[in-house]
Amino acid sequence: MRGEIRILRRGEVVKLSGISPTLTLLDYLRLTERATGTKEGCAEGDCGACTVVLRRLRGERLVYEPVNACILFAGQVDGCEIITVEDLARDGTLHPVQQAMVDLHGSQCGFCTPGFVMALFALYHRADTRPVDRQRVNDWIAGNLCRCTGYRPIVDAALAACAETANDWFSTEEPDVRRTLGDLKDSEDIFIGTRERFFAAPASITALAKLYFSHPDATLVAGSTDVGLWVTKQLRDLPKMIWLGRVKGLEEIEDRRDAVSFGASVTLAEAMPYLAALDRDLGELTRRFAGTQVRMAATVGGNIANGSPIGDLPPALIALGATLGLQRGDRPRTLPLESYFLDYGKQDRAPGEFVRVVRIPKFGEGEHFRCYKISKRFDSDISAVMGAFKLRLDGTRIAGARIAFARIAFGGMAAIPKRARTTEKALIETYLDRPDTLEEAIEALAQDFSPIDDLRASAKYRLDAARALLRRALAEIGGASTRRTRVVGFREAADVAPA
Amino acid sequence: MSLQLDRRSEELRLRVVRRPLRHDSAAKHVAGSATFVDDIREPEGLLHIAAGGVPAASGQLLGVDLAAVRAAPGVVAVLTAADIPGKNDVGPVVHDDPVFVESRIEFYGQVVFAVVATTREQARRAAKLAKVAAAVGTHCVSVDDALAAGSHILPDCTFRKDDSAAALAASAHRVKGQLRIGGQEHFYLEGQVSLAIPGEDGDMLIHTSTQHPSEMQHLIAGMLKVPVSAVTVEVRRMGGAFGGKETQAAQWAALAALAAQITGRPCKIRLDRDDDMCLTGKRHDFLSDYEVGFDAEGRIQALETVMASRCGYSADLSGAINDRAMFHADNAYFLPAATITTKRMKTNTVSNTAFRGFGGPQGMMVAERAIDEIAWALKLDPLDVRKRNLYGEGRDITPYGMLVEDNILPALLDRCEVTSDYRARRRKIAAFNAQNGALKRGMALNPVKFGISFTTTHLNQAGALVHVYQDGSIHLNHGGTEMGQGIYIKVAQVVAEEFGVDADRVKILATSTAKVPNTSATAASSGSDINGWAAKNAAGAIKERLINFAAGAYDVVPSQIEFRDNRVFIGNQSVPFAELIRKAYLARVSLSSTGFYKTPKIHWDPATGKGRPFFYFAYGAACSEVLVDVTTGEMKVQRVDILHDVGRSLNPAVDIGQIEGGFVQGMGWLTTEELVFHADGRLLTHAPSTYKIPCASDVPEHFNIALWDGANREDTIYRSKAVGEPPLMLAISVFAAIADAIHSLNPDKAVPLDAPATPESILRAVQAVTS
Repeated sequence: MRGEIRILRRGEVVKLSGISPTLTLLDYLRLTERATGTKEGCAEGDCGACTVVLRRLRGERLVYEPVNACILFAGQVDGCEIITVEDLARDGTLHPVQQAMVDLHGSQCGFCTPGFVMALFALYHRADTRPVDRQRVNDWIAGNLCRCTGYRPIVDAALAACAETANDWFSTEEPDVRRTLGDLKDSEDIFIGTRERFFAAPASITALAKLYFSHPDATLVAGSTDVGLWVTKQLRDLPKMIWLGRVKGLEEIEDRRDAVSFGASVTLAEAMPYLAALDRDLGELTRRFAGTQVRMAATVGGNIANGSPIGDLPPALIALGATLGLQRGDRPRTLPLESYFLDYGKQDRAPGEFVRVVRIPKFGEGEHFRCYKISKRFDSDISAVMGAFKLRLDGTRIAGARIAFARIAFGGMAAIPKRARTTEKALIETYLDRPDTLEEAIEALAQDFSPIDDLRASAKYRLDAARALLRRALAEIGGASTRRTRVVGFREAADVAPA
Repeated sequence: MSLQLDRRSEELRLRVVRRPLRHDSAAKHVAGSATFVDDIREPEGLLHIAAGGVPAASGQLLGVDLAAVRAAPGVVAVLTAADIPGKNDVGPVVHDDPVFVESRIEFYGQVVFAVVATTREQARRAAKLAKVAAAVGTHCVSVDDALAAGSHILPDCTFRKDDSAAALAASAHRVKGQLRIGGQEHFYLEGQVSLAIPGEDGDMLIHTSTQHPSEMQHLIAGMLKVPVSAVTVEVRRMGGAFGGKETQAAQWAALAALAAQITGRPCKIRLDRDDDMCLTGKRHDFLSDYEVGFDAEGRIQALETVMASRCGYSADLSGAINDRAMFHADNAYFLPAATITTKRMKTNTVSNTAFRGFGGPQGMMVAERAIDEIAWALKLDPLDVRKRNLYGEGRDITPYGMLVEDNILPALLDRCEVTSDYRARRRKIAAFNAQNGALKRGMALNPVKFGISFTTTHLNQAGALVHVYQDGSIHLNHGGTEMGQGIYIKVAQVVAEEFGVDADRVKILATSTAKVPNTSATAASSGSDINGWAAKNAAGAIKERLINFAAGAYDVVPSQIEFRDNRVFIGNQSVPFAELIRKAYLARVSLSSTGFYKTPKIHWDPATGKGRPFFYFAYGAACSEVLVDVTTGEMKVQRVDILHDVGRSLNPAVDIGQIEGGFVQGMGWLTTEELVFHADGRLLTHAPSTYKIPCASDVPEHFNIALWDGANREDTIYRSKAVGEPPLMLAISVFAAIADAIHSLNPDKAVPLDAPATPESILRAVQAVTS
């Protein structure tokens, strides 16, 4: 048992023992350290002004992860080095990303700038994102808002600074940092505080199960991209916090022939390549899921466990036929994902029970998948309507194929992510190349859903859009080029586009 | 001819202005060392403030139980209207903006008390413990509500040119329509923040993020009941403003000052983002009806429009904003006859306020829609209709009686048409649309003509203060505030040019009411125009003394003295600038001067609605292409070509930054940014999770910006033009391009597209033209 968290900060190991469970990393930096370079823009993880970089060991890899300090709790950075904007320049020389931002006029008011600099600093150090082109930069900074520049000079700065392989003073010190961070690794449970008020980070599934079983009123936190807002916006007091980030086994990804499984602490960023490999649309959905900083922290399990009616992954995972593994005490159970969502704000999860794993089956023969998200802004927005479609066609020929099986789920159409069972039934025995046979199914959506008006869209729009998305899926699975069916997220390369 | 030659040789001598110098704080921005108000090292004993509001949009305050608030941990004081020694008001024009509600409730969340506590978290938590009782009244939320209820905040106002009713009746063609235009949240990245530090004798120093330090100073003095001279307001930089920190900074600065006066300790307030969005004013939304009469070629004969705006609960700047909507309802087009009316509607929502363009964009939208309507009715290319209606010789009087003297738009539009390859792309788009069902492309090329000057004439004045120290270093203050737009570097360039030294010799200091008094807001795009001249006049006064001194000391005539390259050339010899300064000091020459400037030529008579409200116009044009999914309403901007007129640029890098940033901000206003209010008056889109400003991928992949090459015909500072606001309106071309794409579905129908063009708004317009 360890009664403190340990971080690496400006070359020193810092130990924090008396911290409040809800102390955010941003408040630690600005109020405790008085390191005011990192800014608070929104305190909800949507603007990126508070971006800092965590340099950490993921397995054996030393990685640079940009995160939103405003909604990350201080306890969650245990074992990491925290790099902030003040740390980049050395001996009066700006870092290459800073210099590029200066040279290319990437700052105007300067308030978002530290966040952009840190996001670009992480990009500079990520070998997995090279070559860095405009599209990659846009994706990478989708979680950073700038209201002054119109982004063009910032993107140009990123392209200029990231053209070469990383070679800065941070690269030079990597062996030392790797050693120091390695020394900080242990398999101790962390418990800071008292039985009434604590931050705990169990190191094993057994310890987690036991702790949560005896404190079912505790708040489970994975990436804190949702729970963080309970603190910064609702000022909720969360006296007992259990963080999943140290639990060995929950970080595992199992990629088998028939299914891929994500442990509850697998982040969106880590899951993204596996989801993209399952289907291109799933990759695109994940790309449009919040911004980079959120995806670095948020987990697949958390997006399900919190039961949000607007969570973007659940409809896709339901259509894919995913199952959920839960555990309470020493009792595990498994259920189809769609059964987990009972009603608005209500899930099939007992007190003391936690999500352990999400299992997504891979595609069988003749199975096709599409999913689409409609939002006011393409990147880093929450969907007004999210539709996911899995069809199995008879035979190998697509032209004239008969639909043998359909699983369709929507988000934003009901209080929970929900299957369109009437529509699914109506699609069976219809033919993709005979639109007249499909109309009944398209109309059936109105029986499956009675959406509501809210700030994202009206009920009428939602139903209209849902119909349009079903038509689009049927057209695409029937062979239409996505260059003729969508405005972003094409499945074909540009060279097959119509003239 | 000789004047032209003079200008050319003068142009060749310029060393510092015209250069694309970096923002003076760029290196600090990227290193995190640029200090914003919340970053100022906190004074000992600092207290933090949180505001508490009413849970209703209208009605009467029955009682406020603050017992639990006072008892909460860390609370030092709780303030209400009763604690204000002077006036409970921070209204800028009409005095109808209370710091605290006393009895009448005007909007949901309106501030009724403030908590002062040891930490910010304690203050925020304590503020939630109040019990506020209200007798809820009836209220108006939307423009429609206010029109139905006859709820006005200010009287209607009309410009009349000729007999528009008769001209409409005589027109060969007439079209009527209605356009709904949404508001816009500023979303400056740095929220409202103020730090007040009490001094001796009741003095107060306030660091605040505002575009209008003088107004803050005056309002705070009135509230504290102290002379204006007792209050100093200082602004080093803002983390964005866009009009949202002109009047809207006042309430928070007032709370900080009041708390500091009462507790005798430094006090800070920094709004949480959601509170900032719920409690501060935004761009006015408009509901505009129009009728346009035109001939067979599409030339406008008459325009009548009634534009009703959501002003919110108080007058704020709504009068001048609505005026500017009227000034720009012609945009770039000659209206032989016109009746242009604005209705300034009172709603129970935050008081809407200045926002880049200041009503101009909403007025222009009507003109641009009217042109599209004509093109649709006559089945003409909208660009041809636009060109036919531009101001020209003999067609050069605006509806408010101003002669358009510097009309460069016909040539500018022609150039943009060529560089954007408009005609060929139109044909390609038509072919694409013929072959595609779900996807349609659209394109539009729109001009912008924006009047430069405050339309409230007395505001067009500025002051500056320049000191030269004995080592030749230069200290510069002026009334302009830095919100990212680059005014500090531009004005520093002007001063450096005057002294013939490098710009980095000029130390740029925080804007302070103690240095330059009685300033106007940094607004109306006027900052560099007026403060640049004031600073040049200040520097010029010192330079003149130096020339007189050098002429005597070196026995040369003044015309043989030149300041350049950090030296002073005197006859056949030269000395370093610093050396001359040292000598001048020893010879007892004053090395400090103020400077003043007032914009010439302008006059305005509000009673007749005639005059010359603007010193000049800034022009531009943008051609935008979009791709629309007409089954879902999703839209992507694919290419934008901009040609914009900044006169002769003081700093082209800064100007291009303003053009790009302004365009993207305008694009957000017209596409993704949607303010949604609940029927009970609560703003539902009060955070970046629900209110979507553009992000990087929304910027078109092909985004070409060019500067129009031409001097300002008026004698502005180095013949430059203002650039802060005009580019925002270039984004109207995106909106028009979306309408163009939808129009391809049915050439026989007008497209009733409303702004913002969200997927839902686009789909609604699609359904209207295809039903």
